[in-house]
Amino acid sequence: MSTSETEYLKGKASEEYEHGWYTDIESDKAPKGLSEDIVRFISHKKDEPEWLLDWRLKAYEYFEQLLESGHYPDWAHLDYERPDFQNMRYYAAPKGKADYDNLDEVPDEILETFERLGIPLEEQKALTGVAVDAVMDSVSVATTFKEKLKEKGVIFKSFGEAAKEHPEIVREYLGSVVPYTDNMYAALNSAVFSDGSFVYVPEGVTCPMELSTYFRINEQGTGQFERTLIVTEPGAYVSYLEGCTAPMRKENQLHAAVVELVAHEDSEIKYSTIQNWYPGDEDGEGGVYNLVTKRGICKGDNSKISWTQLETGSAVTQKYPSVILAGDNSVGEFYSVAFTKGHQQADTGTKMQHIGKNTKSTIISKGISADYADNSYRGLVKVGKNADGARNFSQCDSMLLGPDCGAHTYPYIESANPSAQIEHEATTSKVGEDQMFYCHQRGLGEEEALKLIVNGFCKEILQELPMEFAVEAKELLAIELEGSVG
Amino acid sequence: MALLEVKNLHVGVEDEDIKILNGVDLTLDTGQLHAIMGPNGSGKSTLAAVLAGREEYEVLEGEILFDGEDLLELEPEERAEKGVFLAFQYPVELPGVSMTNFLKEAVNSVREARGQEELSSADFLQYMRERAELVNIDADLTKRSVNEGFSGGEKKRNEIFQLAMLEPRLAILDETDSGLDIDALTNVAEGVNKLRTDERGFLVITHYERILRYITPDRVHVMLDGKLVQSGGKELATKLEEKGYDWVREEAAAAAAA
Repeated sequence: MSTSETEYLKGKASEEYEHGWYTDIESDKAPKGLSEDIVRFISHKKDEPEWLLDWRLKAYEYFEQLLESGHYPDWAHLDYERPDFQNMRYYAAPKGKADYDNLDEVPDEILETFERLGIPLEEQKALTGVAVDAVMDSVSVATTFKEKLKEKGVIFKSFGEAAKEHPEIVREYLGSVVPYTDNMYAALNSAVFSDGSFVYVPEGVTCPMELSTYFRINEQGTGQFERTLIVTEPGAYVSYLEGCTAPMRKENQLHAAVVELVAHEDSEIKYSTIQNWYPGDEDGEGGVYNLVTKRGICKGDNSKISWTQLETGSAVTQKYPSVILAGDNSVGEFYSVAFTKGHQQADTGTKMQHIGKNTKSTIISKGISADYADNSYRGLVKVGKNADGARNFSQCDSMLLGPDCGAHTYPYIESANPSAQIEHEATTSKVGEDQMFYCHQRGLGEEEALKLIVNGFCKEILQELPMEFAVEAKELLAIELEGSVG
Repeated sequence: MALLEVKNLHVGVEDEDIKILNGVDLTLDTGQLHAIMGPNGSGKSTLAAVLAGREEYEVLEGEILFDGEDLLELEPEERAEKGVFLAFQYPVELPGVSMTNFLKEAVNSVREARGQEELSSADFLQYMRERAELVNIDADLTKRSVNEGFSGGEKKRNEIFQLAMLEPRLAILDETDSGLDIDALTNVAEGVNKLRTDERGFLVITHYERILRYITPDRVHVMLDGKLVQSGGKELATKLEEKGYDWVREEAAAAAAA
């Protein structure tokens, strides 16, 4: 790269994080630290049924065991300090009622917080065709369009409400895809999760609108541990999107979420993420540790689960949204753009587990790295011995925007069935001086040229996002690339 | 009036002890088309790259005036905005970037620099169709990503199409004719002829006399070892085609010895 381009790209790190402000609201907090009492405190605060508390306590016990025996999932290509679990808070809620029955009860400060994030909660102002659940720190503060969804029998509410109002469904599926024994952070989440979203789409129903949840960490020293569960009955369809932001903080905040998806036969779940947690400052101080377990199961024949993610935030990201392809002819997809700059690190990818016959999976991953950032793709394609006719296509492309960043690809393939067809393609490219010069020669400046090239690189992924959010995603990428203009 | 004046231009490669241009002098008036011919490695493409502002070359001496303004002071995109266009010898691919988006950005950025209003999407598409028709380019090409998966011939024709879109004051064609079959060559030549106007100058860099049968140059220059050593009318091109470059080399050596 020429000197001016290197300078320009270095300028990026100094760009300010757009969502770094903090809302001054009174909040109801648990004391710092983790113990059985804290688990009980959270469960009590949320007025939970006994079975759920029992489950939390079992998870807590398991977490303690993992902690004592030092079972940290630290095998990824990431370098960060292990979180101090006693030095953070596990529950914070905007003071007053933990959940609001209707939007009129939601305090103005909270409405304004989401308004500032570009997420108006008043329904008349909300994006048409998108129902929103807003989660601030540990609790869901508002869910829009509840009535309209109810007509169709679609349940979209906070996890806390669902556990009380639909215990039979929650109990059946909770931990069925990601058991608390899965890994340390899944165990921790199971013990202390505070809220999240619950979606249930009954048989034969196509959910009439996009569902979306916005997560916001507001309080200092608080971890965010949300849990999302989505179930589609036979023949149902739902498209769900989550977005995330946090204020700028000097300390690292832990975000350890669990997402479970269950698709019964002939049903489809499309799950999209726009992750923009605070990435830390230019020296790599602060930022969110985004250590998340996401997995779906295509339980029935002909079912489909599709993950699309745009990861631009967090100091550290470790997540592998995966699909267990149990039903025959089921389909799993993973489309990802991970953009890291400054001192950000990401180790992300997927696991496609082929169990049923004629199952198909597609993996397309795009990693973009700038400044001193490190970006790894890690993926496993596993074909069981009965998975006749399994097919996988994987494509992993990396783009480097400077001389000091890194891109890595770790594809793993385990096939126990000789009829499986597995294809893997990987490329690494540097945004070349040739490409930049070509654009300049046509009158485009540094920023315009880089935006065009990066957007082109990510096009296949961005077009997988629901239309309502594709524009937002493009803008977010553009913001990531600019500011920056030194 | 002189559109482009190159005076005693000496150029080397940044950080390396290599000299490529050794005192080039060239004056191109508006409305004129000059051809620069010469053997491989004589410095023709370097001259094109320096005019467009490629950074890895270092200007050691001399100056370049464009419309009387110092071109060397300008960034590559500023030169483009002022109306310098380079048809690349090896156009790069921009995967996923649609021709339409790319050209819209480019055209509007050039228009803005000229104090013209941005074109609306509808006007832009209409303009693009007209220009594609003018240079006889398949409109389907505009639906593809920039140069991605284009054949060699398509890439070169796409450069002429972009030239038609951006309407520069000075168009530099860097070996646009090389590697083209006869159909593609005549297509490119027709495009250039349609785009020749009194306000626009052309600098056509080529190895072969072939393209000059279709595009009549006002002047032909021969570059050898980084210098323009011969200049003449279009008959010079024919002579080069028949006799090769050896006689030029001999005459240049004799002149240097004298």
